[in-house]
Amino acid sequence: MKYLCLVYSAETELESLTDAECMAVSESMAAAGQRIAAEALESVQTATSLRVRNGKISITDGPFAETKEQLAGFYLIEAPDLNDAIRVAAEIPAARVGTIEIRPVRELKP
Amino acid sequence: MTQVTNKGIAEIYRRESRGVLATLIRVLGDFDLAEDALADAFAAAVEQWPRDGLPKNPAAWLVTTGRFKAIDRIRRKARFDASLTEVVERLGGTSVAAVEWDGEDMKDDRLRLIFTCCHPALSSEAQLALTLREVCGLTTEAIASAFLATPSTIAQRIVRAKRKIRDAGIPYEVPERRDLPERLENVLGVIYLLFNEGYSTSAGEAATRPDLTSEAIYLGRLLADLLPEPEVLGLLALMLLHESRRPARTTEQGDLILLEEQNRTLWNRELIDEGSALVRRSLESGRVDAYTLQAAIAAVHSNAESAEETDWTEIVGLYGVLLQLTESPVVELNQAVALAMRDGPAAGLARVDAILNRGELGDYLPAHAARAELCRRLGRTEAARASFERALQLTQQEPQRRYFERRLQELQN
Repeated sequence: MKYLCLVYSAETELESLTDAECMAVSESMAAAGQRIAAEALESVQTATSLRVRNGKISITDGPFAETKEQLAGFYLIEAPDLNDAIRVAAEIPAARVGTIEIRPVRELKP
Repeated sequence: MTQVTNKGIAEIYRRESRGVLATLIRVLGDFDLAEDALADAFAAAVEQWPRDGLPKNPAAWLVTTGRFKAIDRIRRKARFDASLTEVVERLGGTSVAAVEWDGEDMKDDRLRLIFTCCHPALSSEAQLALTLREVCGLTTEAIASAFLATPSTIAQRIVRAKRKIRDAGIPYEVPERRDLPERLENVLGVIYLLFNEGYSTSAGEAATRPDLTSEAIYLGRLLADLLPEPEVLGLLALMLLHESRRPARTTEQGDLILLEEQNRTLWNRELIDEGSALVRRSLESGRVDAYTLQAAIAAVHSNAESAEETDWTEIVGLYGVLLQLTESPVVELNQAVALAMRDGPAAGLARVDAILNRGELGDYLPAHAARAELCRRLGRTEAARASFERALQLTQQEPQRRYFERRLQELQN
């Protein structure tokens, strides 16, 4: 199965983590054949939200939801089941300061 | 040929159905399909066993029959739904064509089922409902009445939980060794929650719900048989030792009787002996856990002739170890009460007040009840009254309410 691990954290908390550590974890996921994609995101202050209503685009500054913990990055992984996905997600450095939301990927039906 | 009666089949159902279901879930990979298969298999048994005699291994027969019936069901559906063809192939394929049989397999399946139902990715309400439904075999109606909910709420909770198990990929497995301690803790937590709700109901007319304590003990025994880790034995011991006092805990009218005032000859000796032996077995492991320590404390009470003859020094000491392990203010409160029994109510009250003054346990009923009782013993009537009134405000249980009202009445006289 594919799981998307969404990293949520207060942005100030993330400062305690180094890029080097995050990259090392991501590399070891890749080496184990479990990483499909992984990226960190720029600060939430850079976020733009878009909606299309009645064919008309509306753009607003900021994230979809104003919360204390922000979406800070993601890992798309391959794992046989949730227990394995949990094991992989527990290695994500940001899990120590924030929350990892693990979501199974839904295969779209043609 | 063994004569088979419907009563005999009912007995086999009672003994084997949960294990057969657990194995069918693994073989079929689906809860609902397995439940239908179980029903089909027993329907076939009722028809065939009285005619053909009892099979040598009824559980194996039921699994094999259930599996065939399930494949049949899917085949019939597959005619209308092409996506099921793959499922039929998987189930009918050579890989699972012959279900290998031995008792160990079935034991493992029962463990898998427990760990799946108590998976921490499910809400704790869902874990409880699913465990009672799948592992204990309780009906939705029985679960609903146990938790003062409507059957439709419980049914919905179970449906959602099964859907999450399927869609989120919660596996049907006993966790790996390195994950086991944490996951086992969760399973034990579910069982203990169930027991506590039965031992002292959170709300309603009755002080106890023996149906819930007996299901919790059933689960505890099952787990102790399948996975005899020290904390599993400790939890089972704790439940048995508490359960042993049930006949003495309430009057015929359902009013509560405190431990000190209970008629100890009513305590169930058999359960006490079994529980005490389990405590010793758990302690022999050299590991110490919170359940075993609580059971050890319960065992000291159980083996004392009266409150006065209880070894309070031992109990204070055991609470001390437990406190180091859990750092829980509730444990500290219990230790304070034991201290009051050993060193007198003033010593106990000082500790209780210290805990309450820290702002912890402000809404915790037993803290106020303990404070009230200690103040009463010290003749501090006004303080006792205030604390009994606070406890009365906090209770939602009818027998507790009557108890505190009685205490308040006594203070007036």
